[in-house]
Amino acid sequence: MTVDGDLLDADLRAGVRDVSPLLLGIAPFALVAGIAAVDAGLGLAEAVGMSVIVFAGASQLAALDLLGSGAPLAVVVGTAVVINVRMVMYSASIAPHFADYGRRLRAGLAYVLTDQAYALSLAEFESNPERSRWRYYLGAAASLWVVWQIGTVAGVVVGASVPDAWGLTFAVPLVFLALLVPAMKDRPTTAAGVAGGAIAVVAAGLPMNLGLLAGAVSGIAVGLATEVFVE
Amino acid sequence: MTDAPVLGGSLGVWLAIVLIGLATYGFRLSFIHLFGRIDEVPPRIKRPLRYVPPAVLAALVLPKLLTIRPSVVATVADERLIAGAVAGVIAWRTENVMATIAGGMVTLWLFRVVVFA
Repeated sequence: MTVDGDLLDADLRAGVRDVSPLLLGIAPFALVAGIAAVDAGLGLAEAVGMSVIVFAGASQLAALDLLGSGAPLAVVVGTAVVINVRMVMYSASIAPHFADYGRRLRAGLAYVLTDQAYALSLAEFESNPERSRWRYYLGAAASLWVVWQIGTVAGVVVGASVPDAWGLTFAVPLVFLALLVPAMKDRPTTAAGVAGGAIAVVAAGLPMNLGLLAGAVSGIAVGLATEVFVE
Repeated sequence: MTDAPVLGGSLGVWLAIVLIGLATYGFRLSFIHLFGRIDEVPPRIKRPLRYVPPAVLAALVLPKLLTIRPSVVATVADERLIAGAVAGVIAWRTENVMATIAGGMVTLWLFRVVVFA
């Protein structure tokens, strides 16, 4: 397995190979991001610009939803920031594995850090220490990036040509639902989800579309409180 | 398509994209860049982060499935809520994004066809 001459490429390819089943899950998500962009009134350049510059699905869909309903800039950015702050946790967790690399390479590797690339790479680093870490990670992360961009473009095309009556934008909450269910894995995380959803429904009428932010923040607070209570 | 966003609207969109992108890249780079100076995430930061995904995702999903109306019947008899419930069960049993979307969309379309037929 570790034939020296072939090792470098083999690591990259292993990352691509291991991520391929996940690409099937990402593709519809990316498609939905493109559809949602059209629905929010964005053009192709803005939709692709968002997918390239932000490259974080859940925050993109939330931001598009808010942009489409005319929320103030601060609310759009604030909501997306709350959603993406989890990246700090991934960054901290994967940082020791990248510590020996130069600043430039680390800066590049950070750009393609996603939930999937993080989870896959960390599992591989632990079970297979002789892997070239950055090559394996890059194989997985870059594949996700490519599928995300292609999916966004395809979604813009689909969103612009399919009539509204099909209700395609309903796919957005369905994607989130598919991510939410496995995220509620124990009592505190379930409490966080239930509270976050309930508050967001009750607060849906709040001015400036603050309902999402209100739900998210209360959900986090209830999760923490439940953790203390359970212990 | 409907009206393209006017210049001001488009500028606002780009500003949002760039600000979100900068913040997100900052989060991604944070410890990858700082490593060596900080070894561990302080537990005070780590603990709340665990609840970000379920809280945020639920806050994104539920208002799209459920709108509070004057009566309980009007609130519950909603095609989106029923389609969402079907999709939720599929998500729980299969953990498959594609199957969840398909199940929810088909249920929604079935309801529309039945209601409007």
